[in-house]
Amino acid sequence: MIRRDDTQFRKLIAPHLSAAYNLARWLTGNDADAADVLQDSSLRAFRYLASLQSDDARAWFFQIVRNTAYTALKRRKVTFELDSDDEVVDERPTADAMLVINADSDILRQALSQLSVADREILLLREFEELKYEEVAEVLQLPLGTVMSRLARARTRLKRAILDREGGI
Amino acid sequence: MKSDDVPDPVSTLLKQHRGDLRFAMPAGLKEQVLESLPTRRPEPRTPLVWFSLGGGAVAACLSFILVFQLGRMSVSGPSSQTVVDEIVSAHVRSLMVAHIADVDSTDQHTVKPWFEGKIDFAPMVRDFKNEGFPLTGGRLDYVNSRPTAALIYKSNQHFINLLQQPAPPSEQQRLQLQSIRGYQVFAWTKDGMHYWAVSDLNAGELQRFALLWQP
Repeated sequence: MIRRDDTQFRKLIAPHLSAAYNLARWLTGNDADAADVLQDSSLRAFRYLASLQSDDARAWFFQIVRNTAYTALKRRKVTFELDSDDEVVDERPTADAMLVINADSDILRQALSQLSVADREILLLREFEELKYEEVAEVLQLPLGTVMSRLARARTRLKRAILDREGGI
Repeated sequence: MKSDDVPDPVSTLLKQHRGDLRFAMPAGLKEQVLESLPTRRPEPRTPLVWFSLGGGAVAACLSFILVFQLGRMSVSGPSSQTVVDEIVSAHVRSLMVAHIADVDSTDQHTVKPWFEGKIDFAPMVRDFKNEGFPLTGGRLDYVNSRPTAALIYKSNQHFINLLQQPAPPSEQQRLQLQSIRGYQVFAWTKDGMHYWAVSDLNAGELQRFALLWQP
């Protein structure tokens, strides 16, 4: 029988609640679901905190948040691509590389919103939260190589979305 | 680790604007989350109350409660009255709503992968069609404040809900039967999983189903 108080939770998880909310908000797309996801994930993290093996509580918690958000999306019957590896991407590297990317927050927000959930989450984890590649791999339960290639593709697609919004190309 | 030797322009741009792009947590949500955490994890290991009641009460109880006690005379978390009540409620609820299953399939190889990514454990999925209990689907449920995998089986015109939830690896519990409001619940714990089989089937038939899960 385990008797547990919330000291560990406050120490290991509570500092990441704000970032977790942001992640949940970007993944679910609305405030109510994001709050629910945060609430559910916290309860889950609390329950399973004893089983936390790694010392990276943040990546562990993000993984829970991400899975809970996906469950919420499925409940809402929102279609989203869990795995975008098969998608053919128009890389057009040379053309894009020539362009100076310059977008304001509004354009970025719109561009980010129109990406797939999979693209969005990897960008959030890497660029917003600055997780290491290994940590991103842990959160997404993917091999490191897949993380790298998926991240590259997500960046390319975001770039394209920005340029499209700016009427570029 | 910093593997981006040449920073990607998109990466730089996102980092520049991430302050504006962040969604702030609504006021009070953090406090709400912290307050909602149970201060103590309820895992009562109380002696089986029905056996410690007076003789008359025991007889009365036994007329509708059949306690299948192969193991210790104690009830741990999964067999506690509260949890068993929840299990019965989950079963009743599943029959009230229009669709009992989130995934309708008689194929265990469809049902099992369906749970992936929805819960953080892999439920045991088996079909007992040949034994008279065909698998008809799966569903997510929430019992004892935990995500729970529910498998739905049929036995003639009756439904059986088989619910699963991770248990501490060291915990083992043999088959225990409780009857509540005309429903039978068999609970057992093995290989790191709590199991509950609930149905309005008679205890004998449900026991036959539960025994199929035993080694």
